Amino acid sequence: MNYSHEAEAWNCTSCGAGLVVTKVFFTYMKGNFEVDLPACPECGLVLVPEDLVRGKMVEAERILEDK
Amino acid sequence: MEKDELIAWENKCIQEESPECTSACPLHVDARLFLKETRKGDWDAAYKVLNKTMPFAGILGRICDHPCEERCKRGSIGGPIAIGALERYCVERFTGKKRVQPLPRKNHRIAVVGTGLAGVTAAWDLLKKGFVVTVFESGDRLGGSLWDLPEQILPREVITEEFSVFEALKADVRLGTRIDKALFEQICEEYEAVILDRDSLHGVDLSLKLDNDGLIAIDAATGATERSGVFAGGGTRFRGGFSPVMETLEGRKPALSIERLMQKVGLTFGRENEGPCSTRLYTNIEEIDPLPRVVAADTVKGYTEEEARKEAERCIQCECMECVKKCLFLERYRAYPKKYAREIFNNERILLGAAHQYNVFTNSCSTCGLCETVCPNDFYMGDLCLEARRTMLKQKFMPPSFHEFALQDMAHSNSEHFSLSRHEPGKTESSWLYFPSCQLCSTSPGEVLTSYRFLRNKLSGGVGIMFRCCGAPAMWAGRDDLFIESINDIRNAWEQMGKPCIITACSTCESIFGEHLPEMETVSLWKVLEDTGLPEGGPSIAEAVKSSTVSIADPCITRNVPATRQSVRRIVQSLGITIEELPLSNEKPECCGYGGLMYNANPELARDVIAHRARRVPPPVLTKPFSPPAGWYRTGLMEDTDTVYYHTTVNEHDYVAYCAMCRDNLAAHGKRSAHLIELVFPNVDGADPAARGWISWSDRRANRVRVKGELLRELGEKGEVPMEEHEKIRLDISAEVLRRIDDQRILEDDIRKVIDYAEKNQKRLRHRESGNYLAYYQPENVTYWVEYSPHGEGFKIHNAYCHRMKIVGTKR
Repeated sequence: MNYSHEAEAWNCTSCGAGLVVTKVFFTYMKGNFEVDLPACPECGLVLVPEDLVRGKMVEAERILEDK
Repeated sequence: MEKDELIAWENKCIQEESPECTSACPLHVDARLFLKETRKGDWDAAYKVLNKTMPFAGILGRICDHPCEERCKRGSIGGPIAIGALERYCVERFTGKKRVQPLPRKNHRIAVVGTGLAGVTAAWDLLKKGFVVTVFESGDRLGGSLWDLPEQILPREVITEEFSVFEALKADVRLGTRIDKALFEQICEEYEAVILDRDSLHGVDLSLKLDNDGLIAIDAATGATERSGVFAGGGTRFRGGFSPVMETLEGRKPALSIERLMQKVGLTFGRENEGPCSTRLYTNIEEIDPLPRVVAADTVKGYTEEEARKEAERCIQCECMECVKKCLFLERYRAYPKKYAREIFNNERILLGAAHQYNVFTNSCSTCGLCETVCPNDFYMGDLCLEARRTMLKQKFMPPSFHEFALQDMAHSNSEHFSLSRHEPGKTESSWLYFPSCQLCSTSPGEVLTSYRFLRNKLSGGVGIMFRCCGAPAMWAGRDDLFIESINDIRNAWEQMGKPCIITACSTCESIFGEHLPEMETVSLWKVLEDTGLPEGGPSIAEAVKSSTVSIADPCITRNVPATRQSVRRIVQSLGITIEELPLSNEKPECCGYGGLMYNANPELARDVIAHRARRVPPPVLTKPFSPPAGWYRTGLMEDTDTVYYHTTVNEHDYVAYCAMCRDNLAAHGKRSAHLIELVFPNVDGADPAARGWISWSDRRANRVRVKGELLRELGEKGEVPMEEHEKIRLDISAEVLRRIDDQRILEDDIRKVIDYAEKNQKRLRHRESGNYLAYYQPENVTYWVEYSPHGEGFKIHNAYCHRMKIVGTKR
């Protein structure tokens, strides 16, 4: 999924910078994942959109819990 | 779980036991499956079922004396299924080719002497198993007395056709061979084993011991005669009447004995259920309408296809499934306890960490015990699942998400925010100790305080009070460490109070104390209220409530506590309210989804469970075939059926619950439900407690904090626990947002922590258009996201969501 639209919609308040889509790393129950998501290029604050959380992320969590 | 424990569990579930028809059949023909195929009109499949077990289906299908019908469960509801006539119809119309695929040829040479039904069956069985068989017959054709049967029952060409198989299997058939002692001796010399057909050889002297009927004497279990290597069977017409199917069995038995003899294994081992036997299968026929047997319009020709299918439709396809009919959890995984036990065992012992696909299943059982109540053999899934949870913890593959929220809620109840034990104000000892329960304080704090004042007035000797959790969530989670710690804490506090009699308003607490703290005398609030009499003079419920009819929503935990259930009913009736019982009440209540922490490990199932209890919903018709999770195999019986097993039980009356969680779960799903304590101790005059809606997890905690504060103030103590910095943050949350975040089990406290962290560290994003902030924070295992904006002295909450996947960082 392409989150460039979300990247354009938000600013990092601490750095004042716009967000750029970059690789963000996740881990859960010994599983590692990387997803292209908007993040602040200065401080690394990330944006995980709700639709990703409620969709693919929940699915991945469930598979790991009951694989 | 050890292997022997698995066997014991499996043996408890009787779903896979044979139905009566199969058990009654000497050959154990699968008549249930035969009738299922017949009903569908799949005649090839129906024939296959017969042919699988019967040696000469074309013959036996026409002449079987069908002892199956005597034990058919339909017998008492319209008359037994005409299995015999249906078999006849099936074999008469079968025109397909019969294929015989014998096993690889063995070098053992066996003789069969005499070719009545027993003899030909023995020969057939041995040929199929690859033995070299020689058949001796004194007449000029095989079949003995079969040829004496009327032509219209058994046409001659059928006999000829069926026996053509001997040629196909290369049997050495010697017709016209008169059997006498000399030939018999010669046969015994020449062959490794011999089977004698007693029907054909009746009256022939072979110097073998005879029985009372003049037949060659045999061992009933194996068919062995007194002479080593010589077996015999058949001859039912000399013993009370010719039974074709018993003749067949008596040919089959010695054939099996000879096979074992050749394999050099024990002849008798494991043969107890050979032939007609009893079965443990239970089939509930209470709700089955009687239907008379379909009579063939043409009594000479027998059933037409339509008549045959209609008759087969009367078959109730005997099975147990008693628990599955009552439990949505058991129904949802499309099997039954025997299979579930096996799957849990495989999960633990065979898949060991590699693919634990039964984790959600194991943690979805509410442990409510309804299965045990309705099971003819007392199978309790709760024990099986709780033990499996402990094993999952030991093996370290219990996902934290399954129980974390519930255990945190328990920890909150046992923290300084709520936990407390005090003597009655002005007293230094207690004869009684009120234990209203954490969840009742969460939802009915005012009524808890009113009832405590009432008890202090009515009971002498001092009525102390204790706020905390009884430890049930830890027990359900399999966390024995936490549970034992909790039990010990309660015991210590109780001892320090001088071992008073506990009065509890929660049936779960009552059950936990009864089982794990038997030294503590515990009585339900409802029993005490029966003794003291109900309060008089204070606020009273609305007149309309008093004259209403309600149904009691018993909590599952009172299944085995009739005294409490009866107290509750008497109190409700003494308020003037009429009770109409739900079909699943008293010893048969369902769970509300809270028990066993189902709501935590499998929220979707818990929602469905309570929805079925709260609303009259159409049964869940499966529009597409259920696809079980990877690794689940479908069960034989449920494979191609769209049977809906689970039955909803609901009625239109308001419910009265006496478990806080039942009441709140029912109310949250739109069912008007009151808690009994609110009927007895209403906060305001003219109250209608069933009108109350849902309550959030945050409010539950806030109510616990509040009830402790108010009580302490009543006792003249300082009631405030010092607030942490983030707790002072004011939130403005709409009802719609609150419900959405509560469904995800996000607490207002979690939201405050996010905002506190984001504001202090400037770690937040700002939306270019709306100006809203979006921030995240991971206090423990869960990362919470909050979209908010400054609002007055606090913050307006626009949205919140959470995940367990941990953010590690970005690529630099």
